[in-house]
Amino acid sequence: MNKTVDGNRRIIASQHVKIGQKNRKDQTYTDPNKFFFETEGKAQFLTGSEVIKEAIRLASVGTSVAYPITPQSEAAALIGELFAEGYLDEYFRGESEFAVMGQCAGAAFGGHRVFTTTAGPGTLRAIENFPMWAGARLPIQVCVTCRGINSPLSIQPDTLEMHYLLETGMMVWHAETAQDLFDYILKGFIVAEQPDVHLPIAVCCDGFFVTHTKDTVVLPPTDICLPPYDPYKSPVPAMDMECPPVRMMRDPFVMKSNYISYATHASWQQEVRGAMERSRKHAIALLDGLVDIENGDQEVLFVTSGTAVSQSREAIRLLEKDGIKVGLVKIKTVRPFPTEEIREATKHAKHIFVPEFNMAGWMGREIKAILPDNERVVTAPHVAGGMTMPSEVIVEQVKTTLGIAFEPLAQRG
Amino acid sequence: MSKEKISICEDLADVMPPEYHTLVENATYGNGERGWKDIGSSKELIEQHSLCAGCPEALAFRYVMASIPNPEDTVFVGSTGCTSLVFPHVAIQNIHSLFGNQNAVASGLVRTLRRRFPDKKKDVIVLAGDGATVDIGLDCTMQSFFRQENITTICFDNELYANTGGQESGLMQKGFVAKMAPVGKTFEKVRLPEIAREAGCHYVACLTVSKPNRVEKAIKNAVLVAREVGPTYIQLYTPCILEIGKQSMEGLDEMKDAESIGGRFVMKEYISDEAKKLLDSVEAERKAKKKAAKAAKK
Repeated sequence: MNKTVDGNRRIIASQHVKIGQKNRKDQTYTDPNKFFFETEGKAQFLTGSEVIKEAIRLASVGTSVAYPITPQSEAAALIGELFAEGYLDEYFRGESEFAVMGQCAGAAFGGHRVFTTTAGPGTLRAIENFPMWAGARLPIQVCVTCRGINSPLSIQPDTLEMHYLLETGMMVWHAETAQDLFDYILKGFIVAEQPDVHLPIAVCCDGFFVTHTKDTVVLPPTDICLPPYDPYKSPVPAMDMECPPVRMMRDPFVMKSNYISYATHASWQQEVRGAMERSRKHAIALLDGLVDIENGDQEVLFVTSGTAVSQSREAIRLLEKDGIKVGLVKIKTVRPFPTEEIREATKHAKHIFVPEFNMAGWMGREIKAILPDNERVVTAPHVAGGMTMPSEVIVEQVKTTLGIAFEPLAQRG
Repeated sequence: MSKEKISICEDLADVMPPEYHTLVENATYGNGERGWKDIGSSKELIEQHSLCAGCPEALAFRYVMASIPNPEDTVFVGSTGCTSLVFPHVAIQNIHSLFGNQNAVASGLVRTLRRRFPDKKKDVIVLAGDGATVDIGLDCTMQSFFRQENITTICFDNELYANTGGQESGLMQKGFVAKMAPVGKTFEKVRLPEIAREAGCHYVACLTVSKPNRVEKAIKNAVLVAREVGPTYIQLYTPCILEIGKQSMEGLDEMKDAESIGGRFVMKEYISDEAKKLLDSVEAERKAKKKAAKAAKK
């Protein structure tokens, strides 16, 4: 299954027959190794929503299903424009996120590459579908532009919804910037569709901070695109009646309160988790590791994901002015979780801070759960949906923990 | 899928199970005239069933499977319930995903199959119980009608949630005492056939499965119209003998009572003008073919 790859081929790319051919938009289907590592890009200044559109332009997507919810509505509508221009085979508005994710499932069962977007309450409305996607081994990609999910109504950035995705069997990647978002969307398809993985993927970003701000993003030329999805490389049959139907079982498992039922269910779930583990090697090759480490030898570290990383970078700059050196571990994939990488990176750290854009502090708990001597982990600061997390607040948290006197922000009037 | 695809390579013939051999040799794939009369003489697409003895749903399943015009290129989408216990035995690809999203899954599926196989006729049929179709899945069901998806929706109406033990459903008749309706259901049976017509279905039929020829005709009409024109809906009364206190041999009588004059399931059918035009032309073509075959024999 895990074939040796020669030095020049960083990932086991799809040997799709269409590589080298042109699609109806005159884009050349390009080997992912070439696409990601040998193509010269050009810098552009775009919002995150526009970046989603530009990624999908190159992604050879078959079907995308849309439904309005802030802050992903713009991206979903922009993909509609791509459909009108002929870049996608199928695009329509579903009636709710529950239905949209079902429609995506149908399209993926039928053999299309499928992309959709959702956010906040939409993610929770959709959630029944996600473990079904994973169990049915559908490599659908959903881009989650995180926002508040609680009452009273909030549309502001908040990453709590990601916590609900952690045990669905989907891969969950977390973009810090618009560039990450672009890269993760395209690379996400390739990893998700590897025959030894074949799982759905949620590419998450922080709503507004990433979707609605402009950033410099390096994009490849628009005359290339990813090779199309090959449904016949799936570990389960495509539901297109192009291969012989099989009688699946003597009796449906659900009818059997016996060992067979248990064993089938357990082994299937283990297989989904095994597929998640097998995704690591592909993600490591494509993302250049599941974490990024900067100054990892420092005694004080920030370990976090998403735009909390960006805020931490600024906090590092502020702390350096005061002579306090802090390192950074940026988590790129939350599922699979980079357990070994974080253990290794934090081996010598005395204080590990986990700033987060949600009140629950789930990332802090994830990190605490895998580290020895986890009293080193400070699961703070947290902010609730709707607030920014000023870098000064992160600085104050560090100084408080280290016992360094400072003038609190709140007293400055 | 052509019939060649299910043929067995010689080297593996001895390890294939006998039911697969009979499927290859004696199934009615590719026979445009297939119908309920093949039951018992040809290999059926349903291999046993795991429903209760005498369950009319099992009967309905066999008629439906015998009647679909294009089984070699048909995909079923099911839902949770008694029907999902039968699908594992069926020699047609079928999807079970969740409870209530069946018409959403079918929408994505049929659109994809049409894009991927523009030169083939791939039929997508939803087959679900009344809870899935009318209660939890009503939104997805109706929205697929509004969007004019090319799907046939078949509802096995047993007027309650059978698989979970006989709870009230929207298609239950008013006044019926059931679990979760301890003083009797307080509102009328939902009139989904009428709703389906108003929501844009081009062919709607509501009947019992007591008469296989009627079921065959309705299924064939529904699938052909869904393929060429737009959404179709069939509601089949398949009483849950267990939950309404009947014996195994009483299912047929129950259906006959329900379809007699004044009953809840007197057969009704609605055909849009567009669908009628199509069905008339199909019928004319069939007759001409028959005539030509007869003439050739002489």
